[in-house]
Amino acid sequence: MARLTAGIGTSHVPAIGAALDNGRAAEPYWKPIFAGYDFSRSWIAQQKPDVVFLIYNDHATSFSLDCIPTFAIGCAESFLPADEGWGARPVPLVKGHAELAGHIAESVIQDDFDLTIVNRLDVDHGLTVPLSLMFGQPAAWPCRVIPFAVNVVQYPPPSGARCFALGKAIRKAVASFDADLNVQIWGTGGMSHQIQGPRAGFINKAFDAAFLDQLVRDPAALSRKPHIDYIRDAGAEGIELVMWLIMRGALDEEVEEVYRFYHVPASNTAVGHIILKNRSASNSQPRAYPS
Amino acid sequence: MKPPRPYDDVPGTTVFDAGMARKGYHLNQFCMSLMKAENRLVFLADQRAYLDNWQMTEGQKQAVLARDYNAMIAQGGNIYFLAKIFATDGKSFQYAAALMTGMSQEDYLKMMLGGGRRPEGNRYKGEAGGEKGRG
Repeated sequence: MARLTAGIGTSHVPAIGAALDNGRAAEPYWKPIFAGYDFSRSWIAQQKPDVVFLIYNDHATSFSLDCIPTFAIGCAESFLPADEGWGARPVPLVKGHAELAGHIAESVIQDDFDLTIVNRLDVDHGLTVPLSLMFGQPAAWPCRVIPFAVNVVQYPPPSGARCFALGKAIRKAVASFDADLNVQIWGTGGMSHQIQGPRAGFINKAFDAAFLDQLVRDPAALSRKPHIDYIRDAGAEGIELVMWLIMRGALDEEVEEVYRFYHVPASNTAVGHIILKNRSASNSQPRAYPS
Repeated sequence: MKPPRPYDDVPGTTVFDAGMARKGYHLNQFCMSLMKAENRLVFLADQRAYLDNWQMTEGQKQAVLARDYNAMIAQGGNIYFLAKIFATDGKSFQYAAALMTGMSQEDYLKMMLGGGRRPEGNRYKGEAGGEKGRG
């Protein structure tokens, strides 16, 4: 059966992708950010996930105001990096896992989560920047990716509680898929930031630290945080953090915090990153991977 | 009368809710058209003519021509859509954010390097101690 072994939280700031793509990663401004992911890149090279279930938000790229799905799962064989107005990022094609994605859709819809199924989806920086941070600049991404887009563009995004419960349904779906797969779940976006209006540049380090602590230790309580608290205390766009609760909901109640990194600023944003491992996964013998 | 919303007292912030989305539909959909490289060229060649193809209000068109992002937001623009305009101009999110605060690019960059706009004084309208650029 497929095993959900670990969860990752990370910001997905577009300027980080641009810095990497334009060969500016070694500049003093960007260097500490990429250095903050050094551990993560070597860790994931050992973990070798077969599939990453990647929760992100589309930034008015594939979904305009014509159609705004609250939860959308990408079930295609592959997904093109999108042209967001600057030209498409020079990153590899994102290969999906259509069979697992279809299975998860069937399972969670029957568990009362009304997903939108998407078979044509160009993926923007929300999805590709986390891949770049975790894998660097390979010729091809080393795993399959199931894109899972959450609406955080038009208010209201789904509640934290709904996201947390959805994570649990995803966990159940993965565990019932009949294939020997190592699956990770990533929640992306945040941390505190605001990129609109006179309050742009808003950062709240204390909020972010408390969010990470509570995400690890008491996610059920965190999931009840109302939207207004994110908007007021984490900046209008900090509300993206509800997506991390889907990731956390899919993990064990008790998790091992493998790594944490926090840095201000990347452009307008506080960069946050956490790696959480299921204790059940830690206890099992490492699996040998065919080369 | 519209009941107050919990986010009405957050300073310098416009939440893109259903009301704003209705107001800004055509403005935002114009922005989406700039996702295509060929449309970006046509827009840049004659901005006014391009805008006249969209059912936008005159106020929205003027705000676009002036690159007044706060005015676009007040008229229903959403920042992720408006990003297509500054991307077309070859500008970054940081550039646009600085512009909206009324700070110089240099001062905004300094503020971010210093840890960003502090929460203190910037969580409620009328709160004391807010920094420059507060709404």
